[in-house]
Amino acid sequence: MTAGTDTFEMQVAGHRDYLMRFARLQLRNDAWAEDCVSETMVAALAKPQAFGNRSQLKTWLVGILKHKVLDTLRSRAREAVLETQTDDGMDELEALVFKVDGHFAQAPAEWGDPEKSLGSRQFIRILELCMEKMPAAMGRVFLMREWLELSTDEICKETGITATNLFVQLHRARLRLRECLEINWLQKA
Amino acid sequence: MRLRRTCKESTALLIAREDRRLSFGDRMALRLHLAACKTCTVFERQVLTMRDALSRWRRDESES
Repeated sequence: MTAGTDTFEMQVAGHRDYLMRFARLQLRNDAWAEDCVSETMVAALAKPQAFGNRSQLKTWLVGILKHKVLDTLRSRAREAVLETQTDDGMDELEALVFKVDGHFAQAPAEWGDPEKSLGSRQFIRILELCMEKMPAAMGRVFLMREWLELSTDEICKETGITATNLFVQLHRARLRLRECLEINWLQKA
Repeated sequence: MRLRRTCKESTALLIAREDRRLSFGDRMALRLHLAACKTCTVFERQVLTMRDALSRWRRDESES
């Protein structure tokens, strides 16, 4: 490790890719993501004294990024989450899993305990891939809940979508995520 | 209060529970259904595994 001799600028720059990964996943727009990450790094470099322990640099940067990302979502709410939903194949997905009488057509499988097995990291990787695969508007709403950790009330307030619409989106996102994990997690075994 | 729920309805409640507090009736109906249905119990474990994995994903600051 030569980190001890790294300048603060170099340390911050070293986290760029990591920040981009989350910004892209949340915003689904490379230009917006680039802007947010750049603004985050500028903000960080402007006040290096604001963070104490260097081991917490990444956490501190992520905290700044979340604020920048939320500002973007707020100002672009119309494009970001109110865009017309194209047919996302949800009815087909539900028909695949459930019969018309409400019974399972395809029973859920045992996933084991990914946390305890060696596959923990792999499970998280598949999880992230599955989130990437969500349609943009659905993915943004889902990440606002799971990455920005906003309450459903806050998401409605920030984006202007109705509670009903939000719960439908989150429900579909979670169903999709489950389906995607089931397919890809069991396949790797 | 309708206590009998189908698997489809019960799994919908298991998913909704991640984002909102269920009503008393829904909680009771879900508990009854889960006590009798192995398949939905598996589904519930999946939802909990997802919850846990999302939280670890969110907090993983060590991976670059």
